[in-house]
Amino acid sequence: MTRYFFTRLAGAIPTLFIIITFSFFLMRAAPGGPFDREQALPPEIAANIQSAYGLDQPVWVQYGRYLRAVLHGDFGPSFKYQDFTVTELIGQGFPITLQLGLLALALALFLGVPLGTFAALHHNSAADFATMSLAVLGIAIPAFVVLPFLGLLFGVHLHWLPVAGWEPGSIKHLVLPVFALALPPLAYVARLTRGSMLEVLRSHYIRTAFAKGLPLRTVIVRHALRPALTPVASYLVPAAASILTGSLVVESIAGLPGIGRYLVQGAINRDYTLVLGMVIIYSTLLIGMGLLVDLLYAWLDPRVRFAK
Amino acid sequence: MRGFAGGALERLRANPAAVLALGVIFAVVVTALLGPWLNPNDTHTIDWLHVAARPGLQSAHWFGTDRLGRDLYARTLAGARVSMAIGLVASILSVVVGVSYGAISGYLGGRIDQAMMRVIEIFSGLPLIFFVILLTVIFGRSESLLFISIGAVGWLTMARIVRGQALSIRRQDFIAAAVASGAGAGRIIARHVVPNVIGPVIVYATLTVPQIMLFESFLSFLGLGIQEPGASLGTLIAEGVGEMEAAPWMLAVPGSLLAVLLLCLNILGDGLRDALDVREG
Repeated sequence: MTRYFFTRLAGAIPTLFIIITFSFFLMRAAPGGPFDREQALPPEIAANIQSAYGLDQPVWVQYGRYLRAVLHGDFGPSFKYQDFTVTELIGQGFPITLQLGLLALALALFLGVPLGTFAALHHNSAADFATMSLAVLGIAIPAFVVLPFLGLLFGVHLHWLPVAGWEPGSIKHLVLPVFALALPPLAYVARLTRGSMLEVLRSHYIRTAFAKGLPLRTVIVRHALRPALTPVASYLVPAAASILTGSLVVESIAGLPGIGRYLVQGAINRDYTLVLGMVIIYSTLLIGMGLLVDLLYAWLDPRVRFAK
Repeated sequence: MRGFAGGALERLRANPAAVLALGVIFAVVVTALLGPWLNPNDTHTIDWLHVAARPGLQSAHWFGTDRLGRDLYARTLAGARVSMAIGLVASILSVVVGVSYGAISGYLGGRIDQAMMRVIEIFSGLPLIFFVILLTVIFGRSESLLFISIGAVGWLTMARIVRGQALSIRRQDFIAAAVASGAGAGRIIARHVVPNVIGPVIVYATLTVPQIMLFESFLSFLGLGIQEPGASLGTLIAEGVGEMEAAPWMLAVPGSLLAVLLLCLNILGDGLRDALDVREG
């Protein structure tokens, strides 16, 4: 088990390294720099700025310095938000983005799995059909369409919830963004659970469990759920990716001060360090999620644990 | 092959949701293409008398106007044309890249396959939208390059699926026969491997179109895609969100069109998957 985990970990580190390297050189290959202005700066000042940020060094030296700094948790100064380091910027917004993302993921799982199970138990009934139609709807319609509509309905017309904005500790401000963000993965989880649950319910040991006279709930919770969750577990990484992607727009629509806006702003401003920092944070999150899923897999399916 | 396609078509026709979805897509495409001839207004003329006007049949602006007094019906159709064009072109691009990549990787197998799959794994380490954002920054925000950068990242799933199929195809007898008759790897891939993966390719190509349209509208929404005065559904939705309290139709019209299109494309893709009996993964 431990060994299995460390093999996966050893595979993840080079992946992360390659992503960092690739993004670094991609950013540097872009024409135009972060300090281009409408009016050209006097050459002395331009040279001064370049050297202050180390941009006058050869690219390989910049790369080496950057890697060393990143290993110490230092993503360098932001090129656009002066007087801020990227680490500070990310540190401010990250808790909010994380809170939003984890709540959305939890909602997707804790609502999606029961819904899928429910649909599977009522296979081919009207309830099944209705649940799956809703799921297609949830998968197809993007968060940046859903969230404004919800805001219009619950915020502008009904006045139940705030349309946008953020107050620390306020749950009300998170309800709509979390729901909009959770909807596509929720729908997908429901569909996956239904599919695998249908298959599991047909297997012999489930029939045996029913034959022993166990009540439905015990059969589902004790016997059927664990194997049925395997495809859901492997969907967790794409789900996290979808939530992170969605948080870019959801944060901007709902006016939440998370880190999503920095990626877009950084990209428009050519803020090298900010974009790189964001890319590293996001890919570390996803790769970390992948490792967690591997562990979860080993727990769900003993064959993984003992396979060489 | 005809029997296979005919059977699949029959099964698709028996699926009312998929038929309806196909009909809606067809209607939207025709309207978007013919729209400019049916509508008295064009996309850029400013109607000073009707700024941010409500939708209505009695005025000349069926879907209302935006904050600058431009006809929303004309702009929505123009936006839909752009979104669908990008969806189509970038999907074709990603299908071509994905099928070739997957077929080569799966057919050659061994070390080459492992290396090629490793590349895909690395790309998948980051949400694709991030690569698109990086690429749009580098290539600038021009429309034609938007097609390419989206197409350049949309092929990963397709490559994975085709590779899986190619791996099993290459062990079959007719491939051995082709090798024995002296065909080279390139010829075998083009003539024997690719034609045999056409079913899953059709299904996933249908599912790639909405995914790419979503990418595009997402980018345009963030201001990284189509730029003013051009419009795609994403830019129109972004404008609509800004005005949603004063002029909710500016959000409702493009928003619901995008939602309906994506929904129908997904339903059609699901229907095709059932009709062609393609398993996921």
